[in-house]
Amino acid sequence: MADGELIVKGGYVVDPTRKIDGEVADIAMKDGKIVDKVSSSAKVIDAKGKVVMAGGVDVHSHVAGPKVNAGRLMRPEDKLLSGTCRSGMAQKNGYRMESGFSIPSVFRTGYEYGRMGYSFVMEAAMPPLLAPHTHEEIHDTPIIDEAALPVFGNNWFVMEYLQKGEVENTAAYIAWLLKVTKGYGIKVVNPGGTAAWAWGLNCLNLNDNVPYFEITPAEIIRGLIEANEYLGLPHSMHLHQNDLGNPGNYKGTIDALKIAEGIKAKNKFGREQVMHSTHLQFHAYGGTTWADFNSKAKEVMDYVNKQKNITIDLGCVTLDETTTMTADGPFEHHLHGLNHLKWTNVDVELETAAGIVPFVYDPQSKVCDIQWAVGLELALFAKDMNRTFITTDHPNAGPFTRYPRVIKWLMSKKAREATLGSFKHKDKVIEATNIHGIDRELSLFEIAQMTRSGPAQCLGLKNVYGGLAPGMSAEVAVYDLNYKNMPSDPEKIEAAFQRAACFIKSGEIVVKDGEVVSNGHKKTVWVNVKMPENPQVTRDVTQAFTKGTYTMNLINYPVREYLAPHPYVIDVDVEA
Amino acid sequence: MPKLIKGVGCPYCGSSCDDIEVLVSDDETKILEVHNACIIGTNLFHHANDATRPKLPRMRQPDGSMKEIPYDEAIDWMAKTMLKAKKPLIYGFGSTNCEGMSAVGRIAEKSGAVLDNCATICHGPSFLAIFDNGYPSCTLGEAKNRADVVVFWGCNPMHAHPRHTSRYSIFPRGYFTQKGQMQRTVLCIDPRETDTAKLADHHLMLDQGHDYELFDAFRTVLRGFEIPETVAGIPREKIKESVEIMKKAKFCMIFFGMGCTHTDGRNHNIDHAISLTRDLNNHTKCSIMAMRGHYNIAGPGQVWSWQFGFPYCIDLSKGSHAHMNPGETSSVDLAMRDEVDCFVNVGTDAGAHFPIQAVQHLKKHPFITIDPNFCMASEIADLHIPVRIAGVDEPGVVYRMDNVPIQFRAVIKGLPGVPSDEELFDRVYERMCELTNTQPIWLAAKEHRKYPHNPVVS
Repeated sequence: MADGELIVKGGYVVDPTRKIDGEVADIAMKDGKIVDKVSSSAKVIDAKGKVVMAGGVDVHSHVAGPKVNAGRLMRPEDKLLSGTCRSGMAQKNGYRMESGFSIPSVFRTGYEYGRMGYSFVMEAAMPPLLAPHTHEEIHDTPIIDEAALPVFGNNWFVMEYLQKGEVENTAAYIAWLLKVTKGYGIKVVNPGGTAAWAWGLNCLNLNDNVPYFEITPAEIIRGLIEANEYLGLPHSMHLHQNDLGNPGNYKGTIDALKIAEGIKAKNKFGREQVMHSTHLQFHAYGGTTWADFNSKAKEVMDYVNKQKNITIDLGCVTLDETTTMTADGPFEHHLHGLNHLKWTNVDVELETAAGIVPFVYDPQSKVCDIQWAVGLELALFAKDMNRTFITTDHPNAGPFTRYPRVIKWLMSKKAREATLGSFKHKDKVIEATNIHGIDRELSLFEIAQMTRSGPAQCLGLKNVYGGLAPGMSAEVAVYDLNYKNMPSDPEKIEAAFQRAACFIKSGEIVVKDGEVVSNGHKKTVWVNVKMPENPQVTRDVTQAFTKGTYTMNLINYPVREYLAPHPYVIDVDVEA
Repeated sequence: MPKLIKGVGCPYCGSSCDDIEVLVSDDETKILEVHNACIIGTNLFHHANDATRPKLPRMRQPDGSMKEIPYDEAIDWMAKTMLKAKKPLIYGFGSTNCEGMSAVGRIAEKSGAVLDNCATICHGPSFLAIFDNGYPSCTLGEAKNRADVVVFWGCNPMHAHPRHTSRYSIFPRGYFTQKGQMQRTVLCIDPRETDTAKLADHHLMLDQGHDYELFDAFRTVLRGFEIPETVAGIPREKIKESVEIMKKAKFCMIFFGMGCTHTDGRNHNIDHAISLTRDLNNHTKCSIMAMRGHYNIAGPGQVWSWQFGFPYCIDLSKGSHAHMNPGETSSVDLAMRDEVDCFVNVGTDAGAHFPIQAVQHLKKHPFITIDPNFCMASEIADLHIPVRIAGVDEPGVVYRMDNVPIQFRAVIKGLPGVPSDEELFDRVYERMCELTNTQPIWLAAKEHRKYPHNPVVS
């Protein structure tokens, strides 16, 4: 590689950040950054007749940490579905062994994201006490840059401050915790409900009382949005709502979204939303029981479409056997009561909980099929694709390796109809959903918005990832698709997105012809909030340790530097 | 001036207490005093002062004696021996840090080895039950802050985990358990009158080896069915009373140990215990936890799960994929069938813990022990490579019995020239790559880490 120079030549560039839609252009890179031009000695990658996009950005995926690993540990059978084994060449070249389907090993996670042309992945829930574990997994994951969102929605300190209306103290606590856990932003999972779960209870309603803490989920959500904007973090409050997965939950969903009304984003990162509502598919259900279960995707998206300060991701059901895992502990217990498969639970002192249950989204089950339709409908009803992101809430609704399949369904009515036609209860599914009547097919530009520019902006990373403008990180994916002549067979769309023809990560070729050729140089991204020390918070935190409410010593709580090698630290200054 | 170091982690049992205070000499080479730790933990720290600690690898000579050799020679021999072997077995890891466990993964892949840890002879049956039934558990702080009913089934923390009862389970005053022991009802289910049983409010002295029946009776009663007059030697009324206590608890915590995993029923006992926990969650909140033995025996289960997808008994000899099948790929079974042709014992003592027949088979082939101290496995080994003591003169992450990662620190300087497990494995890996003419693959964790290379003792 001449002076670290690279040029991707002659491809159809799709870059929503610069409103480029299919123009033939060259993308030049030097020293890990995209540049205007390079010298003639630059290494040339021929992308003629292929689509060129920025590296993918995943806003929400459970890829590293204690509950992910508990899932790996409890499910040896998941390894049977691994698919591709390490090839002879990979062995010879020393690529690490890969394993796992719905909860792949760290090596497989990095390699699979790489093969799909993804640059950045947000680990969606990190229990602060167990943060060193999450970082150990992150640094063992090749290729992709990663960050992790610590969970705050059931944290004792947060609930106590917010109960007293102390947003400033909440913010100071958040700032401290982000620093010591090397976290990225504020994740909220079933606010209040998971705290109630410590006593075996739950909060299904926004106005339920959280036992002992005398606060409601709605108050926690509002308080954390305010704290987030007080700090001006790159990402917004990232919400997994209450009452996940139950028939008729869409009303509560819209009520929770309404909490964001009238609040303005305040930050220096170009982020416009104040709430990211994640895996909305699980929260857009109508009906009263599983018998009259139906899609309310339209109702939910009608609200989202007109409310500009909200972003969402889909959480598409992919009709696979998978492993559900969430910090929504009471939900997993409930789910286990439905399918009676094995159940793992991890309650974490003062902070959060997690549950894990394997789940089979059986195409022969009407309910699963309706869930499948709801996920896709959300995208098809969306008006602003820069606020609507593709996820499968990996591995909850399906593994991330199915993103190409989701893209196929979104881009092709033919593919949707083929899947719909394969259902045993096709007629009932059509009756309970809107999908059969939707003709919309998304364009490559819209897919790039949903997987690149949109999530990057939502995460406050739009100057680094998600686009191909000079100055941005050199993340370039080349897909074997002819923009001018898209294949009539939708399977070819899936195949192209599954294995990138070429993927350049931070200016280095890591995937060629769908095969990993380098382990890359991954980074750990975290947010360092600089604000004056808050004596009240310092005292409260110290006491929780010295009085032994925590069973760990405070000195051993912060994640040590060496566990997050190659940090990419985003500084946020908060004025006193 | 001696220095007092606070908040130190203890390299003994699965309680992984991190409130130890250690007084070290001014030059940070001697441990003078150890506060807060139990007597075993205290002794482990003082061990590090032992002037007879090995400082160089020792190689078995043709005449049977051991001769000190330089590290480079030992590393070369280990790399060549492992590459030559068709199916090496790497076993141990109860008492070292996760950095070492992660580094050994490279060697295991490179040499096509079987990776196994001490769980294979202790909580392996618990893993089998978890594979079948899941693991509804919590961190120890939850037990401390909330549990008003604590059940010890087949375990004796008063001896095996000396500070467990005072830090987490019986005595401490937690957030919602301000009255400490007064607020907790303790049940002990054990065929012996152990010191833990003596502390308990209720001791169910069951017939030895009848745990499965008793678990079954508990579940039957809980589900509202009748049981025989006595089950496993326990009268019906006592069982009913115990179930009632657990059911009425605000938060019920079940700890189980070797008494369940290594009596008749084994993994089925644990399976039943997990089901009991699950059933109780229909009435109240209940959690279960395995009393893991060593301070980082939960570590390899975690590290190898994220690297290979399995916690133990990991056969990498196929090269293309990892394969786990306890009974087939478990250390003792492999050894008993004489299926491995090189044995690497790391941070444990297979010489003391394995059945003699298994050790005899292992001894037919190259036998390498990696351990900071002399032990039975080091004395029968062909090559003994000393390393630093994780948690004493080497820092690193360890996983407590509840899978909480605790970042241990080094309290004294390591012996000059003696590497950590991680450094040793990395050097072996590098040597293997040299020998096979391949590029070593370091991931992010490694790229920027430069070891302070200690001058080799001449």
